[in-house]
Amino acid sequence: MAANSHDQGRLPAAFLRPGSSSFLDFLSDYAPERLPGARALPPIEGSFETVHGTTIVAATFAGGVVLAGDRRATMGNMIAQRDVEKVFPADEFSAVGIAGTAGLAVELVKLFQLELEHFEKVEGHVLSLEGKANRLSTMIRGNLGMAMQGLAVVPMFAGYDLEREKGRIFSYDVTGGRSEELGFAAVGSGSIFARGALKKLHRPDLTEQQTATAVVQALYDAADDDSATGGPDLARRIFPIVTVITEDGFRRLTEAEVSEIARTVHEGRLQLPNGPQAPVL
Amino acid sequence: MSTPFYVSPQQAMADRAEYARKGIARGRSLVVLQYADGIVFVAENPSRALHKVSEIYDRIAFAATGKYNEYESLRIGGTRYADLRGYTYDREDVTARGLANLYAQTLGNIFSSAAEKPYEVELLVAEVGETPADDEIYRLPHDGSIIDEHGSVAVGGNSDQIGSYLSQRHRDDMDLGEALRLAVESLTRDSNGGGERELTADQLEVAVLDRTRPQQRKFKRLPSRQLARLLEAGGESAPADEQE
Repeated sequence: MAANSHDQGRLPAAFLRPGSSSFLDFLSDYAPERLPGARALPPIEGSFETVHGTTIVAATFAGGVVLAGDRRATMGNMIAQRDVEKVFPADEFSAVGIAGTAGLAVELVKLFQLELEHFEKVEGHVLSLEGKANRLSTMIRGNLGMAMQGLAVVPMFAGYDLEREKGRIFSYDVTGGRSEELGFAAVGSGSIFARGALKKLHRPDLTEQQTATAVVQALYDAADDDSATGGPDLARRIFPIVTVITEDGFRRLTEAEVSEIARTVHEGRLQLPNGPQAPVL
Repeated sequence: MSTPFYVSPQQAMADRAEYARKGIARGRSLVVLQYADGIVFVAENPSRALHKVSEIYDRIAFAATGKYNEYESLRIGGTRYADLRGYTYDREDVTARGLANLYAQTLGNIFSSAAEKPYEVELLVAEVGETPADDEIYRLPHDGSIIDEHGSVAVGGNSDQIGSYLSQRHRDDMDLGEALRLAVESLTRDSNGGGERELTADQLEVAVLDRTRPQQRKFKRLPSRQLARLLEAGGESAPADEQE
């Protein structure tokens, strides 16, 4: 029992100390060894292989933002998992998708969700979207030592800003550098192809449904050219995870909805294997 | 004059209990009732910023009466404990029983330690289950004892009187509106405020642990508009003239 490891079975002083509303601050004070970034790594010679998650894409539309990810995790040239989930709700109005070392990424997401929830419970109100994006930045920065040893985690954060009444996307680099993306963004091994596709497909006036279709097209293109990104698996019924955040909150599209979109995209590709074509001029 | 006064341990404890009880009695009461879909918390609290009722975890909520700074630090401690435990093990492994035990230990330690002044607080920890039979409510008085409650419970200033009023009228299958109106009725009988009074929606802090909520987190505060509507639906028992 965590809280009982100290004196007399009562709440330890660290639990009752006023001040921070941050769970991360509390944890780094009370049990720093449980923070993923605080663990010492043994020196390694050469490289070693871990499970990697791959492509995440996001795009805004008039009423919010769509965040989606493919389902493949790779280890070197092997497919480690076909149905991995890399897009998670962060809280009611935001979501986070993660590319990079899968094990660390999942732990980081768990901690990030907890950080937002903890703040909300202690303070009685929700962090601003900027505030959430900055917290994530701090967490990624805490992982820098591991990133330099090859265990990088690169997230993408998307949410609905209730103040500005629009969807917003934030992307990060391994050092925790944060930048807001306008319109659309992609991270992970297939991101170059996905971004290229979205560049031609994304328009600010698309509806929610059209934007969801555009990101599935982008993931299809990423899977087409990047071996580490998985396309829709019609045989096994494994489809990308597509989430939508609007003023009504976070919603993950059901399997039926995504399979409908994925099948339509697939039908289109049977006619035009390279996907929809944009006018030259 | 270097010899300290001898105070018998019984007397010392009685004095400390008296001190804590007096502090608690100064505060307004709050009541917790089970209803068909969960557990409702009703506190008389004109402040919108300082809460008496708060969320601890998915199915667990906390209510307190007494000295604000003391129960607030216990609330934050409980939230940290619950979040740390959920992070270390799993969300399902955070239970009201564990939390109530920890609070009892903490309060008991503080109460019997001569170096600290006793906390002037009385806490309630409740967990909503899948069915009404699985609901748990624990009452934690200032001295570290722990009482397992069912149906309805009142803490604070006039809790005996309010508690007996509630237990005569409370049924487990009440809907939210009925439970709420009964709670408000019982609070208006709090003689601390000088006989029968009227309580309006914006003098009340109301929250529920609603087992029918689709989200994982079952805690929800009732906004004053919804509260006014629910109180009004009952007719004469609640004042209907408050503004929104």
